Amino acid sequence: MINKMYSSIPDAVADIPDGATVMVGGFGASGSPIELIHALIDQGARNLTVINNNTGNGDVGLAALIGNGQVSKMICSFPRSSQSRVFPRLYKEGRIELELVPQGTLAERIRAAGAGIPAFYTPTTVGTVLAEGKESREFEGRTYVMEPWLKADFALIKCEVADPLGNLTYNKTARNFSPLMCMAATTTIVQTKKRVAAGEIDPEHVITPGIFVNRIVEVPDPVHEDTLIAEGRSYP
Amino acid sequence: MSTGWSREEMAARAALDIPDGSYVNLGIGIPELVTRFVPEGREFIYHTENGMLGMGPPPADADRDLDLMNAGKKYVTAVPGAAYFHHADSFSMIRGGHIDVCVLGTMQVASNGDIANWSTGAPDAIPAVGGAMDLVQGVKHIYVITQHTTRTGEPKLVERCSYPLTGPGVVSRIFTDLAVVDVTDNGFQVVELAPGVTFAEVESKTGAPILPPA
Repeated sequence: MINKMYSSIPDAVADIPDGATVMVGGFGASGSPIELIHALIDQGARNLTVINNNTGNGDVGLAALIGNGQVSKMICSFPRSSQSRVFPRLYKEGRIELELVPQGTLAERIRAAGAGIPAFYTPTTVGTVLAEGKESREFEGRTYVMEPWLKADFALIKCEVADPLGNLTYNKTARNFSPLMCMAATTTIVQTKKRVAAGEIDPEHVITPGIFVNRIVEVPDPVHEDTLIAEGRSYP
Repeated sequence: MSTGWSREEMAARAALDIPDGSYVNLGIGIPELVTRFVPEGREFIYHTENGMLGMGPPPADADRDLDLMNAGKKYVTAVPGAAYFHHADSFSMIRGGHIDVCVLGTMQVASNGDIANWSTGAPDAIPAVGGAMDLVQGVKHIYVITQHTTRTGEPKLVERCSYPLTGPGVVSRIFTDLAVVDVTDNGFQVVELAPGVTFAEVESKTGAPILPPA
């Protein structure tokens, strides 16, 4: 009988090795899997390439992972925001690499990886510096640039409800990149606010089908990045 | 000196040019004010890149839902009939030409419709593009709301952008504090002057040839 539940957060992230590529769900604070990220900080894997829309805020979650020196490269669309300090500092010191990807291209590159499509053409970046060096082609008289798929070894995901088969639902705009990342990573690790028995999620309402999920840990009362920052918290 | 339009009046003027029933994406800053000036009898449905159609106004602090944010990472609400979806669907709406109007702020806009609103290109700047390049290539009508000049008086409407482009030839209409300006095959064309503003003033504050109201 399939049961993807893990009882311990540290066990769920224990085998993420140095040098791994890790997708982290969330858009800013919403949907950020803080408990899984903090477990990765405790675990200590280094030289990671991390894929997220942003680079974290304050000194918790993704920003803390970066601040702990564990991330050598970020792939994201918007690396600075009002409360992001850690990434900008390391970037200006030349201690972290940045691959800047427009948000829609980032989403589609992740989706393409999960869908087994090695590359696609998009009009986004045509005529801009971000298209330099990219293969382009005309379709029906309009120019498009080719973008490659974006895979990962692991994905760290936060969801609202999960069953032991890995079927997931999310809450509101906390969904964002997470369903795509579940598809694109070799090993998808999910923290869920609520665990239910198989069959309790209406099959019509499943957002991420369990085939894309490998491990689930229950985190019934997850912390929120904005709350931690408002409280002036840092990690570790 | 002219009086011109306030930020609110610029947003209200832009809202007048958005048809009833439009799916609308609003950039950060003055464009966000458009929601306050929807003309009587019209309904717009707001899209936010992080996965929602039917975005409503900000909640009272006590009603904040930490999982309900807009693309500017501000807390928002959902109107009846709203829908949530993942990022690939959200940008399919954008890139696939399903969003009718996008209203953006800008650093520069050129008389050929080029827009530069993501980077100054300064060597020490941290580049951040977000969804801007997807929006300008995918949305059917790209409107810009901007002050006519920078704080130091430099024209923001120019012949060619000096900052790195967000997209080439994409802007159709510009709403400034001084005028409504169209991008035409003949360059900038004033459609309407703000109250108390003369064409001569607009022309003197524009960094490219500009045609008077027809």
